[in-house]
Amino acid sequence: MSRQRSKRSAPRRSAPALLFAALGDKTRLALVSKLLSGEPASIAQLAAGSRITRQAVTKHLRVLQHAGIVRGIRAGREHRFALDPNSIEEMQRYLDRVSRQWDAALARLKSFVEAR
Amino acid sequence: MENKIEKRIELNAPVDRVWRALTDYREFGEWFRVALEGPFIPGKVSRGRILHPGYEHVVWEALIEKMEPERLFSFSWPQIRHHDKERYSPDYSQAPRTLVEFRLEKTATGTLLVLTESGFDKVPADWRGDALRGNDGGWTQQMKNIENYVAPKK
Repeated sequence: MSRQRSKRSAPRRSAPALLFAALGDKTRLALVSKLLSGEPASIAQLAAGSRITRQAVTKHLRVLQHAGIVRGIRAGREHRFALDPNSIEEMQRYLDRVSRQWDAALARLKSFVEAR
Repeated sequence: MENKIEKRIELNAPVDRVWRALTDYREFGEWFRVALEGPFIPGKVSRGRILHPGYEHVVWEALIEKMEPERLFSFSWPQIRHHDKERYSPDYSQAPRTLVEFRLEKTATGTLLVLTESGFDKVPADWRGDALRGNDGGWTQQMKNIENYVAPKK
């Protein structure tokens, strides 16, 4: 997996990827959950077993692609979709970092108020 | 997907003590490690200098939102794109902002403090610069975390 920053950052900047907004929808969350197995899936596979139409799947995939969560993979005539692990990792790391900072700050607050 | 951070912490100190530690700018500065210029006033911007070793070049800035005595203290602040000296910029005019809320509740032993930070949906991927650093973990390692994270809550 390429970790070249210059290559990756260019498209992101042109399309500000609002990852959380993109995932703040039940249907999209369901699509992401289906893709969590790591196996790329076609639109038909993603629509199977749910009440969502293929058109709706396509529409939601577009939002997820725009946010950099999902990427399209073309194998011959077939179009499949897979999670882009980088974006989800980044999002997770960002929240983890903020979360750790709060843990540390609140621990200091605790000793501060309990000390006197 | 929860785009919010929530922390709950039990403090063995009365509510008025915790309230003062949160809202008196000098006391806040002590535990948060920031040298603030003046008192917190709702509707006004508060500024200061971060005192964390290695981050002294970073300007602390927040818009004080609500101060409901011994109940709620909130402010919004910019997400800082890069903390490292080389890339850091003190211009926060374009920065996405999040809302920080401290809620206090009296308990038998002291105070329950609930902290939330919300609004991460407004932080674009290309803004989370620092999160990229040391990004060497693989997808497989992250899988479990992410699965737990996005799993629908029952």
